[in-house]
Amino acid sequence: MSGVRRHIPLLAGIGVYLLLYAAASWRFDHFFSLQVFVNFFTDNAALGIVAVGMTFVILSGGIDLSVGSVVALSATIIAVLIEEYEWAPMSAMAVALLVGAIFGMLMGGIIHYLDLAPFIVTLAGMFMARGLALIIHLEPVAIHDSALKRIAAIALPLIDGTALPVTAIVFVAALIVGTYLAVLTPVGRAVYAIGGDSEAARLMGVRVGRTRLFVYSLSGVCASLAGAVLTLYQLSGDPSAGVSMELDAIAAVVIGGTALTGGVGGVPGTLIGVLILGTIQTAIMFEGTLSSWWTRVAIGLLLLAFILLQRLLSASVRSER
Amino acid sequence: MTDARLSRRLFRSATFRRLAVLLLIWLINAMVTPNFGRFEIRDGRLFGSIVDVLHRGAPVMLLAVGMTLVISVRGIDLSVGSIMAIAGALAAQLIAVHDQPLVVVVGLPLAAAVICGVWNGLLVTALGVQPIVATLILLVAGRGVAQLVTGGQIITFERPAFEFLGTGAMLGVPFTIWLVVMVAATVGAGLRITSLGMYVEAIGGNERAARLCGLRVRTIQVLAYATSGLCAGLAGLIATADIKAADPNNCGLYIELDAILAVVIGGTSLSGGRARLVGALVGALIMQTLTTTLLMRGVGPEYALVAKAVAVIVICLAYTVRARELAAGLVPRRLRTE
Repeated sequence: MSGVRRHIPLLAGIGVYLLLYAAASWRFDHFFSLQVFVNFFTDNAALGIVAVGMTFVILSGGIDLSVGSVVALSATIIAVLIEEYEWAPMSAMAVALLVGAIFGMLMGGIIHYLDLAPFIVTLAGMFMARGLALIIHLEPVAIHDSALKRIAAIALPLIDGTALPVTAIVFVAALIVGTYLAVLTPVGRAVYAIGGDSEAARLMGVRVGRTRLFVYSLSGVCASLAGAVLTLYQLSGDPSAGVSMELDAIAAVVIGGTALTGGVGGVPGTLIGVLILGTIQTAIMFEGTLSSWWTRVAIGLLLLAFILLQRLLSASVRSER
Repeated sequence: MTDARLSRRLFRSATFRRLAVLLLIWLINAMVTPNFGRFEIRDGRLFGSIVDVLHRGAPVMLLAVGMTLVISVRGIDLSVGSIMAIAGALAAQLIAVHDQPLVVVVGLPLAAAVICGVWNGLLVTALGVQPIVATLILLVAGRGVAQLVTGGQIITFERPAFEFLGTGAMLGVPFTIWLVVMVAATVGAGLRITSLGMYVEAIGGNERAARLCGLRVRTIQVLAYATSGLCAGLAGLIATADIKAADPNNCGLYIELDAILAVVIGGTSLSGGRARLVGALVGALIMQTLTTTLLMRGVGPEYALVAKAVAVIVICLAYTVRARELAAGLVPRRLRTE
């Protein structure tokens, strides 16, 4: 695809986002403020971090349905380690990240080396992680540890008296690291290559197996990181958290211009996708009178619109040849 | 000679092996779990753990029937849970708020479910959207629609004629089981007796070749999704009738995953092809047996999740590796290229 053409899905996404934001700002008095904008990053931090990991998986042509449950598993592990075993928060989070990485690596290994469909393996992973989280602790665990509370209170001061909380900082950091990995590293190029055509990539010398292990581990790490962020946000670990988060993440990635077939798209698009989802949700909340169920319908329709746009673009590319 | 061939064919049959696995599980269960193998008749109605498994597994079995068709044509239907919720919500509204006759209470939700299925089918065939994404849309939006129908509330109702769908019994056997048998038999007959079955598997095997052979590929695919929708509608009706309430938040939540697992355990490949309907039913029962047994032993449902996950991976692995071994074993040595 020629230069501009390739970016049309992302540009369309940005366009829709700006349109939505403008419409909401015109409609609601307090929408257009720095605090509201910062809140997008804070409230959607967990989803956003998960979506960054999901971007890599989808770029490689796979899918990861387990992320929501891994978020819950990670949050539960952290909360239990801190509250019941009196670990330091950072150590607990390190353990959770390790668990996420290993879990992802296991799934990636089964997918690649045992040749099972990613859908099925990550589906089983979803059940497994959710079950493990509930086994570790059935009910949510409230965290009273002062060290964690201090971490949760960290915020970067901005203008106008607003501040960027630590959860949002982690989200932005994940976006930057994700973009760097995808665009400026060999492993990122390998991910795109596999998504485009895994056989061709293999014949070119790309280490398909290792890259697949990488993307699923990365997704697991992102999910665990999101779980850690969730504990900071809610000051508790909830084994029932993250239900259907994987679907929201997939929706954000697709809306952001990454094709489900893989090979096309990227992390910046995912940011736009997350922001669009967040804007719709916030707008409906501001509206007050509309029931929040309209959010689901709106997201579904938006998803449809972006899928059709992607279809249109790829169809016109095919007709060009 | 004929007898030997038949028994050999039977043992090679993937479906028979799975049925054997299920019966083996039930047998072991009957021996180790107290009261599992017991049947008793109370008030002219059959009771027992196995009956319970069949009854509780009915919604997933119904979904698995439709899902088998969809997966056989290389598709997938993630929206069946939301379609269940829509059907249940409509039925409850029609009874509780609009007091409609039974025909409408049953007919309208089923019609809506079929329309949802056709919607999915058209997205996939006419607009060329990938099945995962196409049905993801309805999965996300459909639950919102169900919630809008009931205004976000749980609607309870009293209508004995409708409740029969979920709680009634004919000849002592729960109606839900009869429904599963009827639907599975109808679809199964359609697959094996008519040429529709051959068409479905041809499309799943190689869509382009099927189209070049003159098959109405798009029509059959839409039919598959419509059937899946219908099955979801039926499942939603019996689920709603069972609890005498429509819960748009929880009805059918995540049940599509159980249905997909059931179909895959049953031996239908996700890349399409041979439709193993009985296998899918067996797969659903295997999972339901796991869940019910753990429940009977006082083990929490969270262990059932882990057990399901392990079971799926193990069975899928066994199917893959074994299939390759068997296939290699069938090819005479001198014809093998490896």
